[in-house]
Amino acid sequence: MAFTNEQLERYSRHIILKEVGAKGQKKLSQAKVLIIGAGGLGAPAALYLAAAGVGTIGIVDADEVDLSNLQRQVIHTTADIGKPKVQSAKETMEAINPDVTVNTYHTFVTSANVLDLIGDYDFILDGTDNFPAKFLINDACVMAKKPFSHAGIIRFKGQLMTYVPGQGPCYRCVFKNPPPKDAVPTCKQAGVIGAMGGVIGSLQAMEAVKYIVGAGDLLTGYLLTFDALKMEWHKVKLPSDTSKCPVCGDHPTITELVDYEQAECDMKK
Amino acid sequence: MADFNITDTVDITDVNCPITFVKAKVALEELNDGDILEIRLNDGEPVQNVPRSLKEEGHKVLELTKNDDGTYRLIVQKVGD
Repeated sequence: MAFTNEQLERYSRHIILKEVGAKGQKKLSQAKVLIIGAGGLGAPAALYLAAAGVGTIGIVDADEVDLSNLQRQVIHTTADIGKPKVQSAKETMEAINPDVTVNTYHTFVTSANVLDLIGDYDFILDGTDNFPAKFLINDACVMAKKPFSHAGIIRFKGQLMTYVPGQGPCYRCVFKNPPPKDAVPTCKQAGVIGAMGGVIGSLQAMEAVKYIVGAGDLLTGYLLTFDALKMEWHKVKLPSDTSKCPVCGDHPTITELVDYEQAECDMKK
Repeated sequence: MADFNITDTVDITDVNCPITFVKAKVALEELNDGDILEIRLNDGEPVQNVPRSLKEEGHKVLELTKNDDGTYRLIVQKVGD
């Protein structure tokens, strides 16, 4: 595929970069990234990936845009309230960049559909807001050998790590099991500063782009944490021995996907 | 004008900075190490910046000559894969 002059102009700031170039930009245009959750994390990630010219972007979310989302979910506007988030996200992404094909999946991720959802994609972004989904996405990505970016945000804090098969620990290596339901507050109960989604979701998009073009070092084997009140970042080295992990270890004991129970306040009414 | 074994030619007179360099860079990426690219470029900013940027990327600028129509002809040898 040759770039048109218009595409050369659109992607010029990428192509000029030694680490990207036309080859990297072509890789982006041929890449397929799945974003699970069109919320605080997924919204900025989707905007940057669409703007970057990632050729195919899938987006999964069962919810409709709610007024309380708009403080941080910057891909949706006031006029989108009531619309499926995936539809609203698709419209914004296509408006930014008509080169991009957006696939929408208006559903929750479950043990029954997650392998089908991730199957067609090269890189997965976990932008979900609950532990059951995070463990489910981790286990599915390990089983299907898909690289993914994990992230979580709450209050003034955020964290992320990247899993690439065979290159370091998975989410379950670090966090063995979901906490007991209601033991940990969700964003709904605890609150979250809007810009945190922008900070951490943008870093997830950054990891996806670096993975696709093959530039630099990913957050494999590290958990990056951010405390906005103290303006402190920590890059925590994770234990490199994954052999005993129940899902990505040498003798996995988790060989089927689990739907953990959700905290009741998060269930759909 | 020396004789070069030109592999490909690109015309960057139809675009402005920084797309001039981008277009030249994209054309070079398609070539192999040692191949020679002929670039047609405008006077002024392109002549000042494009050869310099290509040198910074590690390529070899072999010749820059003025054409009869006021444009320039830049001969670059690709260095690296």
